Amino acid sequence: MIDLLNVGLVVLIVGLAVWIIFARETFSAVVAFIAYGLLLTLVWAQLNGIDVALTEAAIGGGLTGALLVGAASRLRLTENSAQAEQSGAALKWLAAGVSGAVTSALAVCVLALPDPAPSLAQEVAANIDRTGVGNPITAVLLAFRAMDTLLEAIVLLFALIGVWSLTPDRFWAGRPGIKQSADPNGILAYVARVLAPLGIVVGVYIFWVGADYPGGKFQGATILAAMWLLVMMAGLADAPAISRRTLRMALVLGPVVFIAIGFLGVASAGAFLAYPGEYAKPLILVIEFALMPSLTLILGLLLLSAPQRAAEP
Amino acid sequence: MNALLNVWTWIAVSAGAIFFLAGTVGLLRFPDSLTRLHALTKADNLGLGLVVLGLLPQTSGILDAVKLIAIWLLVMLSGASISQLIAHRVWMDSDPQQ
Repeated sequence: MIDLLNVGLVVLIVGLAVWIIFARETFSAVVAFIAYGLLLTLVWAQLNGIDVALTEAAIGGGLTGALLVGAASRLRLTENSAQAEQSGAALKWLAAGVSGAVTSALAVCVLALPDPAPSLAQEVAANIDRTGVGNPITAVLLAFRAMDTLLEAIVLLFALIGVWSLTPDRFWAGRPGIKQSADPNGILAYVARVLAPLGIVVGVYIFWVGADYPGGKFQGATILAAMWLLVMMAGLADAPAISRRTLRMALVLGPVVFIAIGFLGVASAGAFLAYPGEYAKPLILVIEFALMPSLTLILGLLLLSAPQRAAEP
Repeated sequence: MNALLNVWTWIAVSAGAIFFLAGTVGLLRFPDSLTRLHALTKADNLGLGLVVLGLLPQTSGILDAVKLIAIWLLVMLSGASISQLIAHRVWMDSDPQQ
């Protein structure tokens, strides 16, 4: 029975992927891509990768989906002229050939893996006690492979700087996004008032349980960023001007604390990002607490896009 | 008692699945946005509600049961408000005087 469901899931995913490629309208392709992300979430949950499933739902389906919906609505004006342009048959075959080659190469790599696949899971399980963290995923992300997580946080910051660099000169230092004019007594304001407090509790909870159970700062920060965006969309709060010093300090807080603790490791434990013995858990907590607000702000501001109006209303 | 609860789960979850099926058929077959929204809310509210009610006896504790009910309430809140927003937009678009 479960096998049947799994086969159905795979068929749906492959079918949806083909449909996304052949969809004519950008917007329909984006909507299908969000559904695709949610189906992938189910696949990860079936594989018992609950951490990955949470991340896929929050970032793959939700955040990326929202970014793509924004991109699609900006492309709407040029949609017709883009569709009128027909690329040549040679180019189409070339694109299909390259995509097919990449897919086959990936398939060969996966099929050629020895059985059982090489894994460091044993070593993680053997050493997890030394980190003081209960969830092996969190131990890998913040102790064994902390460098990757640090670079991820910095990449997100760079992405935000990239988005801000698209600001027209006259709006530089202005507020990102357009001015929202939702009805203050409308349904959106009502939802923002009811849902935002609940969402903040859920976001902080997912962040906090990340130490011992599936969850963590990325998933929690995405939920918090979504609540922030909801409140701004409902017109209950305005986006901060990007010139605000406090905003910029909050943005760099997480990566700076992470790097500082990394150098502390050089002095106290002999390697960058090494944690001295019994202080592993507290240091991991400090990093998580510093990264959480930075990630929330970065993700929210990424979705708000570049400033399009002056700081003063 | 257990067998009885299992029968309840079968009945309620199947009924929920039927509402989901009917909602999906309605979403695909109904002629305009407002009637399609109507079909969608049946799947969201009744379908999910019946599935949750059916799964309640299968939970391992009161906390899991409360979580299931909370999920249902949250889906109803978001579903109902999004339907309102979409319906409002449809209405604005169809009647430019407003």
